[in-house]
Amino acid sequence: MKRDQVICRALDIRKTYWRGKVSVDALRGVTIDIKTNDYISIMGASGSGKSTLIHILSCLDTPTSGEYFLEDKLVSSYTDLELAKVRNTFFGFVFQSFSLLPRLTATENVALPLIYSAVNKKERVIKARKILENIGLGDRMNHRPNEMSGGECQRVAIARALINDPKVIFADEPTGNLDSKTGAEIMEIFDRLVEEGNTVVMVTHDSNVASHAKKIVRLKDGMIEDE
Amino acid sequence: MNDFLIKISLSLQTFKTHRLRSFLTALGIIIGVSTVIAILSLIEGLNRSVAEQIQSIGSDLVFLSKSPMVMAGPQNIEEIANRPDLTPDDAEAISQLPSVDIAIPEISQQLTKLSYRDKELASVRIIGSTENFSKVNNRFVESGRDFTRDDVTHRRSVCVIGSYVAKNIFPEGSPVGKELNVRGHRLKIIGVFREKGAFLGQSMDNMLVMPYTFFEKIFPQGESVIERAFFGYSVDIKPKSGQSEKTIDEVRELMRRRHGLSFDKKDDFELGTQQMLMEIYQNITRVGFIAIVAIAAISLVVGGIGIMNIMLVSVAERTREIGIRKAVGASNQNILSQFLVESVFLALIGGVIGIIFGLILAWLISVVSPLKASVSPWMVMLGFGFSAAVGIFFGIYPARRAAGLNPIEALRYE
Repeated sequence: MKRDQVICRALDIRKTYWRGKVSVDALRGVTIDIKTNDYISIMGASGSGKSTLIHILSCLDTPTSGEYFLEDKLVSSYTDLELAKVRNTFFGFVFQSFSLLPRLTATENVALPLIYSAVNKKERVIKARKILENIGLGDRMNHRPNEMSGGECQRVAIARALINDPKVIFADEPTGNLDSKTGAEIMEIFDRLVEEGNTVVMVTHDSNVASHAKKIVRLKDGMIEDE
Repeated sequence: MNDFLIKISLSLQTFKTHRLRSFLTALGIIIGVSTVIAILSLIEGLNRSVAEQIQSIGSDLVFLSKSPMVMAGPQNIEEIANRPDLTPDDAEAISQLPSVDIAIPEISQQLTKLSYRDKELASVRIIGSTENFSKVNNRFVESGRDFTRDDVTHRRSVCVIGSYVAKNIFPEGSPVGKELNVRGHRLKIIGVFREKGAFLGQSMDNMLVMPYTFFEKIFPQGESVIERAFFGYSVDIKPKSGQSEKTIDEVRELMRRRHGLSFDKKDDFELGTQQMLMEIYQNITRVGFIAIVAIAAISLVVGGIGIMNIMLVSVAERTREIGIRKAVGASNQNILSQFLVESVFLALIGGVIGIIFGLILAWLISVVSPLKASVSPWMVMLGFGFSAAVGIFFGIYPARRAAGLNPIEALRYE
């Protein structure tokens, strides 16, 4: 794939939440491009709309207005099924709180997205194990989340995000629940992923974490301050 | 297919972590299905043996009796008791009708004790009739002889016994010529009937026939209302072939005349055919059948509500899980089917346990009572189908609710 090719283009994205009769403007016109092999940090204080933005960019949420294109296709024209497919194969998502299924082993958690892309069980296990080994969890394959440390859980979550070879990996405060040493280890993984040609967009309020990125986007009150 | 197995194993995991809850949820279905299966198999068994019995009586007989053959609905027993008794003379008059081949009076006493020396047989059916009894009832005297007109007119204390009585009182040697004791009267055995089989688990060969003239001597007519209503003569009529319709009309006319009924009075006797007997019986079981379906429907609805309730709890509990699954690419359809499989599986487990319980119940009943259970594959299918339908019907709402969750809101749910 060519460098600097635009994968995602968000134009004048706005998002308004309604809490009863009071409306809250979480995003007030955000325009942003994500290009191949980008490494972007979205920074901002809490309430700045950074989480809302990453949720909309990763198609977990929909904007109130504005246009969002994935490889030149308008996301608002997608059906539920197409959106599910985008979340499944186009994007990978790493959450602050890991969001692993507690009853499944590391391997099963990593393989979860493959269930929804109709990959058979044998292949799922092979693929999941390979990624877990790459990320240094070869000895944790059959452990459940409650038997692993926070850093290990987050690595399982990263492995899950990677399993379908996504075009963009989104991470929402990936080090937020980890101590600084473990957080640094996680950031090394993201750095390596970008070196290997992946595209990473993450949200953080920690400038140390943000400094890993090649590009920092600062949000304030639902708008981009500067780039 | 593989996916399907995964969904099942996922559901199994849920059941494993919530064993008691799953069991209690399935209990409604278990009770509903097992009741249905048990009762259905008993009704089926009853139906089958009654049909066999009615057919085995043989030719298209017409029955004349004082009381209805089957008490369907409320009956005024007093009214029945006050009807004129049927008599052997009525039978004689009927046998003279042009469409009638033979007509015999029949009177019987159930559960009577027989003895021979130190041997006893309780609950034998004792019948009083004429020499034509075997002809009308398709019975054959296997050894010895049948009784004759002479035996009837001379009130001889002779009898022909069923094979069950013969086997039980005279395990060795021929019973012919031996004398039985019935209520202090001595009865000489002159013949043995060929075996006829069992009905409702009771042998039809556990019987004895003697001239009605002697029967009257042993069992005088009782005075109570019940006895007057139910323990008297009836007349078994064998029409000439193909004339049973005509026979019914002729007998009705004759009996109304003999009882002096004016045209505006109702019959004070009951006429029936095997066909009618069958129809009455089928009507009764049909009512029973509908009642059971209604009961089953209620218990299955109750069971279904239980399933719906638990599935709603399960959806609420697993909101985060749904959010995670959607975030990694599960479509609404995937989530819907996951929860639907779960509720159907829960209902089916209940259904299978219910079927097994029901079969055991039916078997137990047929062991401890004379009722015979008969299980058909369609009952098992019905139990299975019903529980699957309940699972789908009551699972669809919770499943849709799960499928419709917004991934972000689901992920935020604590």
